[in-house]
Order: sequence, then structure tokens, then C-alpha cells
Amino acid sequence: MAIELLMPALSPTMEEGTLAKWMVKEGDEVKSGDIIAEIETDKATMEFEAVDEGIMGKIVVAEGTEGVKVNAVIAILVEDGEDVPEASASTSTAAAAPAAAETKAPAQAAAPAPVASDSAPDWEDGTELKPTTVREALRDAMAEEMRRDEDVFLMGEEVAEYQGAYKISQGLLDEFGAKRIIDTPITEHGFAGIGVGAAFGGLKPIVEFMTFNFAMQAIDHIINSAAKTLYMSGGQMGAPMVFRGPNGAAARVGAQHSQDYAAWYMQIPGLKVVMPYSAADAKGLMKTAIRDPNPVIFLENEILYGKSFDVPVMDDFTIPFGKAKIERAGDDVTIVSFGIGMTYALEAAEKLAEDGINAEVINLRTLRPMDMPTVLASVQKTNRCVTVEEGWPQGSVGSWIASEIMQKAFDYLDAPVITCTGKDVPMPYAANLEKHALVTTDEVVEAVKQVTYR
Amino acid sequence: MPPKKSAKPNVSAEELLGHYREMLLIRRFEEKAGQLYGMGLIGGFCHLYIGQEAVVVGLEAAAEEGDKRVTSYRDHGHMLACGMDPKGIMAELTGREGGFSKGKGGSMHMFSKEKHFYGGHGIVAAQVPLGAGLAFADKYKGNGRVTFAYFGDGAANQGQVYETYNMAELWDLPVVFVIENNQYAMGTSVQRSTKSPSLWERGAAYGIPGEEVDGMDVLKVKEAGERAVAHCRTGKGPYILEVKTYRYRGHSMSDPAKYRTREEVQKMRDERDPIEQVRDMLLTGKHASEDDLKAIDKDIKAIVNEAAEFSKESPEPALDELWTDIYAEEAV
Repeated sequence: MAIELLMPALSPTMEEGTLAKWMVKEGDEVKSGDIIAEIETDKATMEFEAVDEGIMGKIVVAEGTEGVKVNAVIAILVEDGEDVPEASASTSTAAAAPAAAETKAPAQAAAPAPVASDSAPDWEDGTELKPTTVREALRDAMAEEMRRDEDVFLMGEEVAEYQGAYKISQGLLDEFGAKRIIDTPITEHGFAGIGVGAAFGGLKPIVEFMTFNFAMQAIDHIINSAAKTLYMSGGQMGAPMVFRGPNGAAARVGAQHSQDYAAWYMQIPGLKVVMPYSAADAKGLMKTAIRDPNPVIFLENEILYGKSFDVPVMDDFTIPFGKAKIERAGDDVTIVSFGIGMTYALEAAEKLAEDGINAEVINLRTLRPMDMPTVLASVQKTNRCVTVEEGWPQGSVGSWIASEIMQKAFDYLDAPVITCTGKDVPMPYAANLEKHALVTTDEVVEAVKQVTYR
Repeated sequence: MPPKKSAKPNVSAEELLGHYREMLLIRRFEEKAGQLYGMGLIGGFCHLYIGQEAVVVGLEAAAEEGDKRVTSYRDHGHMLACGMDPKGIMAELTGREGGFSKGKGGSMHMFSKEKHFYGGHGIVAAQVPLGAGLAFADKYKGNGRVTFAYFGDGAANQGQVYETYNMAELWDLPVVFVIENNQYAMGTSVQRSTKSPSLWERGAAYGIPGEEVDGMDVLKVKEAGERAVAHCRTGKGPYILEVKTYRYRGHSMSDPAKYRTREEVQKMRDERDPIEQVRDMLLTGKHASEDDLKAIDKDIKAIVNEAAEFSKESPEPALDELWTDIYAEEAV
């Protein structure tokens, strides 16, 4: 049976090419793997190998011909003794894919849907409360989840025998042993990859980065291996795990140890991103993060570790992702923040109250999924919004919030949204410069006065 | 050093025929994939495994049910060798609903939980720590399973390989590191990449034993694989196999392969071809007749043609698929 040889596509972008040279002539025997022609693509000259066996019956496109379309018949291969059939069509339709039924993709946000604006409190009135530091809350959450699920383990630098570089894992080695609390060498890229592989293999790793600055060495595994695999595998496998550690500026540690990664990770479909403020947030969200079947980025803050907050005394206290908390109700302006940004936001609100400005302060808690319904409902009431974060201004979390508000509540705005951020500089060491490089409470107060025209 | 093996391998006709069949399936499948690429049915990057068939077929013969494997983007051969359906692989190459990743992964990103195939990874060497992580999970569970982490001579110069070696030996992880040394990292030969003469010996710095293997000889690969697996399965930690192999085709479909001579490739095809070697053994040992082999060839051709037909007929994924599998609602 005659076989039509078609002009091959030899690069991802090739649409046509030059048939530079035939390496065989009519009547020659052709075996699979033989080089039969040289073809110039848009990038290079390529050898064209035969796949089928036979006799070169007819060369349809002469060598030297330019602009030969991909899939045009260039030669006909016949079996020994067979006649060359009349060259039929000059192009083949073989490449046409069955048409997809729809022509337009259904619109849907890639971010996981937030829990519909839910104003229920995190715990019921009358629940016993215990002052707890963020540090203790994180440890308690991990310990509770490790008691609950044998597949949960913690790995990272100094998490076991040293009891944690920031003492977050204090006591865990004693309770759970070296099988589940694992000191790693200083090798972020490697142990992040091993953590993701362990998650593919059915475990639920908690990977601690001594700080998120060092996770830049591992970001390929966080994004390419952990975040994308569920999608790339058509839902067959993913990475149920937590990447956690302190994020953002501490104090006087300079440019390489002071970056806030909230906006970086928040951009990635496939990741969930948590940035707690209080000890209750830290505990309830960490337990949810460990149980979540997706990779979760859990951004802690060194300065908050030692701060004490009320945490409910409950058997199993969790906070769902995608549920912001209104930390302070108000009517005049909405201040949106998260993590350590909340300290500036709340301080500013106190100062503003003295001037008779009643600010509503929203603690986002999770950045992906983000509880935009709560933010939008508040802006529809106050008609003004200021965002607060320590990260850099360009491509900040606040930029995204401002854009969402502009697109979904434009008619409610009485002033432009102002994004209060860290300054657009690497973190300096000098104490006075560092203070200026971060966002300040005064800047938040000033921004609120601008949007309220005071 | 591994013990010297006798010249005449102790292998049954049935086993040899099996190897022949499996290697031929990969060869014919890849030729067909190259053809479909030429027709525009397969897009993007497509890295063929032609020439390297003995590596995966030999090592799969050393594996047990439940053992895991993970590799790079040159992954079609690994998937066929571990028993994934050729139809699903080809349909993933054409980006169709019937593909292993519903058309969302492509040539470089395919997975099968059922066959314990953990990808298909597009970032050079990323699969090495991932493979050690799979082995970590097996050791944690104490289930006696072994993971094969395949990577190339190009990946062997990535830092994460050595980070992984260090931890794999430190924690005695049951992982076989398989360096498929096909001598070219895209267009850069091993000689132009490193002055260290052998890649497996780098494991010595971490205390990991290993050996060099003739990757054009499926029986030698299998024997080495059995030594490696025995080492891992008895709790002695990782093992390195540097399998010397050769790819006949370019790095990807758009590689004109000007960094080596046509004669070099032809010499390898003529003298070392892994499939021809087994074919000769079958015929000279009178384990099979020409007709027997012709029947296998015909059978394989039918399987590959059926896969190609399926990959053309399977519809493109529904547009709703754009938005699925980004987040898991529950454990997968």
C-alpha cells in the first residue's frame, strides 16, 4: 500500500519550511530510520528520517522548494512492484483535531473559592480562653495534628535536637521521636524536594524553613513540583503538605534576611497561602493547613512569635481558610491587613479613633483563598479603603486588593484605595533606616486621613 | 565492585522474548510519536527515547510490584516499560481527553498512581530529590518498597543531586539513582561538561556504592538492577547505577544534532543497538524463528497504530477542564 510522506513539523513553531535536499532518489529502497531528506525549519536544518519501509515511488516536492507547508505531501513510498498512485491531495487533513464543543472557556477564578462571607465568631462566647504566645500556639497545633495523624512529620534545620532555631518545635522531639521530628542538613533545595516526594508518596510533611528567605533556594520545588502536580497529573496526585517558617523583616538582620514573600506565593495557583496575626489564628489555621490536601505556604513572623493572645481552650480548634476576621468594626474607612501588618493597622485605628475616625480593620489571615466578599462588603459600607503590609509596593498584596475593589465595587468608592507598603528598597541595616524602610503606623494614619479627606 | 558475571547469561527464552517485545514497543511507539509530531498532532517539546530502550526494560525486570519510579521529561519509555497503556500515553502527547493527565500535562508531565509512576518532570534534576522523597515515604511506612530515580548525565551536574545523595545515604533511603548517561546533555557532551571521568563514582563522596553498566545490553542492565534493588531492599540505603546508553534522535524534535557526526550515530545503531542484540541472541540461540519475531513485530505495530488512532480520535479536553484539578477537595 502506498504511503504518503508529509512535510514534517520539526519545531514547536514551524509552519512551513524549505525542502533543502533529498538524500534518496526515486526507486531507492528506504528502511525505517534512514535519513531521506534535509529540511530547513525556521530554526535549523534538520534531517528527516523514514518511519516506514518501502521503495521511494515518487518525489512530489523537488529539492530546493521553499515555503512547503507542514503536512503537504512531499513524496510517495510504495511497496516493491507497486505502481505509484495518482498524487491525490497536496495537503493532508490528518492534523485537524476534533473540534471542541465549546469555543469559550467558562470564566472562573483560579483561586479556591473562599467560604462565603461568614461572620460567625471563631469560638463561642463563654469558651475558656488561655493567654498563649504565637510560638506556643504553633507548637501546640503541630503536636495535636501529629497525635491525630501518624503520617504527619516535621523536617527542617535544627527542628529536633536544637528544639527549633526559633523554638517553635520545642519539646516535639521528646514526644514524637527522631522518626517524625527530623533534623536536616543545611540543604533547602534538597529537603524541600524530598518533602514534596514524601507527600507524593502519601505522607503529610511539615517542612520548616529556618526563614522564608532561604526558601528561595527551594522555590522550584514549592512551585513546579508541589503546586503544579495535581493539575499536571489530571488530578491523580498532589502534595498535601505545609511549608512554614518566619517570613519578612525581623530586626536588624539586613537585606537578605528581611523579605516578605506574601505577594510572591499568593500569585501561584495550586498553593494556599496563610499569614496569621494572632496566636489563635496561628493555632486554628496551622491545624487546618496540616489537614488540607494541598500544599500550604504558612508565613509566620519572628517578631510576633513572642506576642501573647487569647486562645480558646478546645479539643479541636480550627479556623477555615478563606475567612477573614473583622478585628474592629467601624464605618468610616476599611483598613485591610494580615500578619504583622495588623499591628500597624490596629495601632492606627486607635489613633484615628482619638480623632473621631472610626476604622473597620479586617485581618485577612489567608491570602489564597482571599476573603474578598468580607472586604467588599466592608468597602460598600465605608466607601474607603487602605491596605497595610510590610512587603514591597510593586505587585504587592495591596495592589491586588485595590484592583479587585476597583473592578467589583468601583461605584462605592469615594476615594482611591491607598496601599501602604514597605519602601521600594532592599532592607538596610542601620536602625533608623530600617525603621523607615518598613511601613509605619503614621503612614497608615496619614493614608486614612487622605481617603477620608480630613 | 560487583562480582564478575559469566559470559553466558542465565536467561530463559521467554524472558528474552519479553525484553525484545518491550524494547520494540518503545522503539515503535517513539517512531510513531515522531511521525505524529511531524504531522502537527503533537506540539511543544517531545523528547524521544530511541536507543535507550534497554535501560528501562532491564531495570523494570529487576523491580517488584509496588516499587516506584520517577524520571525527567524523556519519559515515554519509562511509562511503557512500567505497563502504562500506550493509548493513554499517546493521547496525552496529542493533548486529548483520553491522555493520562486528561491532556493537561503533555509529553513531559505524565503520571500513573496505579503503576506507581510519579512523573514526568520538566525541570532538570528535580526528580532526584522527589524520588528520594518517595523512598523516604516508603521507609517511613516500612513497606519494603524501592524507588528508581532516573536522571541524565546533564542532570548529574545539578546541585540538588548531591544534596539528595547526602540525605539519602544519611537516612538510608531505599532509592536507586539511575544515571542514564546518553553522553549528551542536549548538545553538550559529557567531556565538555565535566572533568570527572565517571559520574557514579561521585557517590563515593557520600558513601553511596554504585557501578557503571552497559546500557545497550538489557541483560547486563537487569543484573545490575537486581544488585541495586537487593542493596536498597535490605536497608543498606541508596545505590547508584550509571547506565551508559545512547540516544539516536536529537535532544528534542527540533534538535538538528550538529554536535555529533552522523557516523557516530550510525556506528552505534549498527554495532550496539539494544534490540538487535537481543534479536541476534534469540535467533542464534534458536529461541525464536524469524517468523516468530515477525509475528511480534506485527503485534507491536498493531498496538502502536491503535494507540495512534486513539490519540487522534480522543476529543480535546472539555473547556471546563481548564478549571479543574487546581486544588484537591480531599486527599487524592
